[in-house]
Amino acid sequence: MIELLHPGLLLVAAGLVLATLSGRARAVLTLVAPAAAVALVLAAPDGVAWRGTFLGYPVVPYALDALSRLFALVFAVMAFGGGLFALGQASRVEVPAAFVYAGSAIGVTLAGDLLTVFVFWELMAIGSTLVIWSAGTASAYRASMRYLMVHLLGGVVLMAGIAGHVADTGSTAFTRIALDSPAHWLILAGFLLNAGAPPLSAWLPDAYPEASWSGTVFLSAFTTKTAVYVLLRAFPGAELLVFVGLFMIFYGIVYALLENDMRRILAYSIVNQVGFMIVGIGIGTEMSLNGAAAHAFTHILYKALLLMSAGAVLYETGRRKCTDLGGLFRTMPLTMVCGTIGALSISSFPLTSGFVSKSMVAQAALDGHLEIVWLLLAAASAGVFLHAGIKFPWFVFFQKDSGLRPPDPPWSQRLAMVLFAALCIGLGVFYAPLYRLLPYPADYVPYTGAHVVEMLQLLLFSGLAFFVMLPMLKRTLTITLDTDWLYRRAGPALAGALRAGIGSIDRAIRRVTLGTLGAGMGVLSRGLGDRGQLARAYSTGNMVLWVAILLVFYLILYFA
Amino acid sequence: MIDGTHLPVLQVVVPLLCAPLIVLVRGGRIGWAIATAASVFFLASSLAILLEVQRVGVISYAIGSWPPPWGIEYRIDAANAFMLVLLGLVASVVAPYAWASVRAEIPRDNHYLFYALYCLALAGLGGIAVTGDAFNLFVFLEISSLASYVLIALDRDRRALLAAYQYLILGTIGATFIVIGVGLLYLMTGTLNLADIASRLGDVRQARPVLAALAFLTVGISLKAALFPLHMWLPGAYAHAPSAVSALLAATATKVSVYVLLRFYFSVFGTTAVFAAMPMGDVLLALSIAAMIVASAAAAFQTDLKRLLAYSSVAQIGYITLGVSFATATGLTGGIVHLFNHGVTKGALFMLVGAIAFRLGSSRIDRMAGLARSMPLTCAGIVVGGLGLIGVPGTAGFVSKWYLVLAAIEAGSWVIAFVVVASSLIAVAYVWRFVEVAYFRPPSEETARLKEPPAALLVPAGVLLAASVYFGVEPSLTLGAAYGAAEALLAGPR
Repeated sequence: MIELLHPGLLLVAAGLVLATLSGRARAVLTLVAPAAAVALVLAAPDGVAWRGTFLGYPVVPYALDALSRLFALVFAVMAFGGGLFALGQASRVEVPAAFVYAGSAIGVTLAGDLLTVFVFWELMAIGSTLVIWSAGTASAYRASMRYLMVHLLGGVVLMAGIAGHVADTGSTAFTRIALDSPAHWLILAGFLLNAGAPPLSAWLPDAYPEASWSGTVFLSAFTTKTAVYVLLRAFPGAELLVFVGLFMIFYGIVYALLENDMRRILAYSIVNQVGFMIVGIGIGTEMSLNGAAAHAFTHILYKALLLMSAGAVLYETGRRKCTDLGGLFRTMPLTMVCGTIGALSISSFPLTSGFVSKSMVAQAALDGHLEIVWLLLAAASAGVFLHAGIKFPWFVFFQKDSGLRPPDPPWSQRLAMVLFAALCIGLGVFYAPLYRLLPYPADYVPYTGAHVVEMLQLLLFSGLAFFVMLPMLKRTLTITLDTDWLYRRAGPALAGALRAGIGSIDRAIRRVTLGTLGAGMGVLSRGLGDRGQLARAYSTGNMVLWVAILLVFYLILYFA
Repeated sequence: MIDGTHLPVLQVVVPLLCAPLIVLVRGGRIGWAIATAASVFFLASSLAILLEVQRVGVISYAIGSWPPPWGIEYRIDAANAFMLVLLGLVASVVAPYAWASVRAEIPRDNHYLFYALYCLALAGLGGIAVTGDAFNLFVFLEISSLASYVLIALDRDRRALLAAYQYLILGTIGATFIVIGVGLLYLMTGTLNLADIASRLGDVRQARPVLAALAFLTVGISLKAALFPLHMWLPGAYAHAPSAVSALLAATATKVSVYVLLRFYFSVFGTTAVFAAMPMGDVLLALSIAAMIVASAAAAFQTDLKRLLAYSSVAQIGYITLGVSFATATGLTGGIVHLFNHGVTKGALFMLVGAIAFRLGSSRIDRMAGLARSMPLTCAGIVVGGLGLIGVPGTAGFVSKWYLVLAAIEAGSWVIAFVVVASSLIAVAYVWRFVEVAYFRPPSEETARLKEPPAALLVPAGVLLAASVYFGVEPSLTLGAAYGAAEALLAGPR
């Protein structure tokens, strides 16, 4: 009986109904629908549930195994937490759109064939665009358009790939795919685009921070992690992914360290964290795939927690820049504590969820004798602690006193944060249930003496480095450290040069691209607009001329 | 009547006789009733014919019991049976729609003329589809074209006159080319029956007059089908015609012409003669891709919604001929199913824009600011239809796009497959033109006062729109029919 209900479609339908409700009924459905989806995912048995045909191909819109249950579960939990956090959201569109978005993400994880994957993939793009757009600001509107265009392009690439795959093999089954034909490369490209992989990583930090205080919480969870899911299923062990993942890890760190908008810092850190997962997929051992899956699970929870705390700050203060914030721990203690728990989790602090998942990927690199990868991952862990573990809570909640005295947010937001903070700590301490959900048997023991000590050392030294380098990270800061000239003069100069360098390259690329685009559009609109050469109302003689030209062309062609 | 043997001829004769009948009674209302009844009869009879064709394969009907090739033969296989269903479906939805739309757009005295011409156009288009005789085909082409010229000119908008005039000139040139082509074929084979021409063409296939016939027919039919770059008459004609006429013609007229092209290429000249002995596949492919890209881009820059849709039609015809250019079963199936899907979708869209114009008095995009607040249903309908033009999964457009991509890949061309899907991004741009204005701009004083258009306009449009979504979710009916049509065409000269 239970498999007659598709949890993803349930959420999509709930989202559509939600758009028509208001008041108490809306609040009840916002909480009940995702809770029902969680229950459905947990109760449904393994194995295929639905079969059908579309376009003459067999389709399996609902298939469940360990991997899909893991992702579907965390997506449903996330929809619940996000819905709870967004109870006070004034926009009527955001939560319904987010439920369509979450439901289609679940739809991707439960899809047994590529056509179903594609259908939900496109629906996800539309749902998420609406979530960004519903923030209601002009910049959110523009960001949502850029976001939509990137994702439609991704959909185009994916569709071409899937069609090619079907034409080549005659099969629509969504299973492991070898990188042996152009079609399969296109599928990989379509998947990677949603993961935030280079060269188009920028869509993510561009769009996510423009959503409302609650919208970003939803956005952080689904798009990139469905990409991780489909990569896990289709391309485990593709070596290229190790390099792509490493690039993403360091791209995220560098830009997060240079960023000032608190939610954009966290958005760059999504790219960085997904990089860890993609490295895990690329290594391709059971341990690393388990690690990637587990890390996706825990990452969704702690990144949501971090963005909830940032969202709460935005909700209370209306400010998003680190330089405008600071000292909020006095009046927002609960938000500060929850944000710090999220920050510790993302830094893989022992007894938090990040510790029990991320170390699996690193361990898998070591087991696979990929020492350089392991070393880079370790270095990156320090970098994560710098930008997300310390920089975010430090500048927002401590640092200088910005003079702001906002209270903690309303109860729904507090409850959502406490719930997710409890999950982060709970999974860090009682990790066995999470390991049981993983696709492969996990006999990994995270809490060995060596591990804990290694991680604590890493965090301690990078923490130290943060405070030593504070002047480089934030030049407006007025903390005087008694350090030597290197840090006071050369350091800031270097950081400034670096920032100016990357900034000017970035600006130059943007200027050239936008300039070319603008000029191109000008040419197009002159050519195709109302009075344009190609589209104006033609004189009749002109039209007849074309007829003659074409006739002569054909005659020559045929007689030749 | 009941046994259905005379259905092929009644299909044409009923609307043909309804036209003078309407002129005789001279009543707008009674004219509407007769035209609607004729359209519904057309649909019912075409469905009966489709079922019969799926049972027996080919129906041959000898007019006046003169056996072919001496008499005129109506010859229906899976390809034209499918065309008839499209015609019947669109006509019997547009006819009820015309009731309110015509009253708003055409002077009262001309209403009866409108319905008479409507029946004539339907008879002509139906005749083109059923006939197996080359000269008869030309006659019906002229009947439908002459009716269309006048239908377009009936609009109150004075620009409709110029558009109709240009269409008249070019349509006449097209018809002349077709008759020249038919004449050359007659010269070489001594027969006008299409099947007979095909069988006698064997020895003289490479003779100059036959090649010239192919050239004249190709250009003439391309003109009628608005195949890029011979599409220039179309945007004006569709933009300035009365809404019901735009819907009918956009959904059927160019499609029937594409059918004629298919008939001549595959059933008369033969696949090998056209696509192997001559590079017609490559030429058609190049023109199709040019249409898909240039016309879509032109659509994105239009300021009038009807004109935008008209350019989009030119682009979509490119998709249809793209499928044809592969000359494979998959390609033809994709092309033919797109012919049907696009006819249904574009018909619905033109009807919805007509519904907006009914309230707003204009189809200019910049006057539609915030229209989604006052006309949520109509605007949502346009968005759904627009998604169909883009080819979003769940709409009929996706089904055709899928087949076209598949055909391109089968033909070994990744680039073309990618162009097909990528060009749908341009469709996003032009659909967005409407969405941006109607949904994201604050309503103007003018739009804020407006109400939803009457149900008499919305319900017929909704039926076609529902069909376009239905055939996107459950495409086995249309795909089956299109596949049958493709097989019948690829079977070669009959």
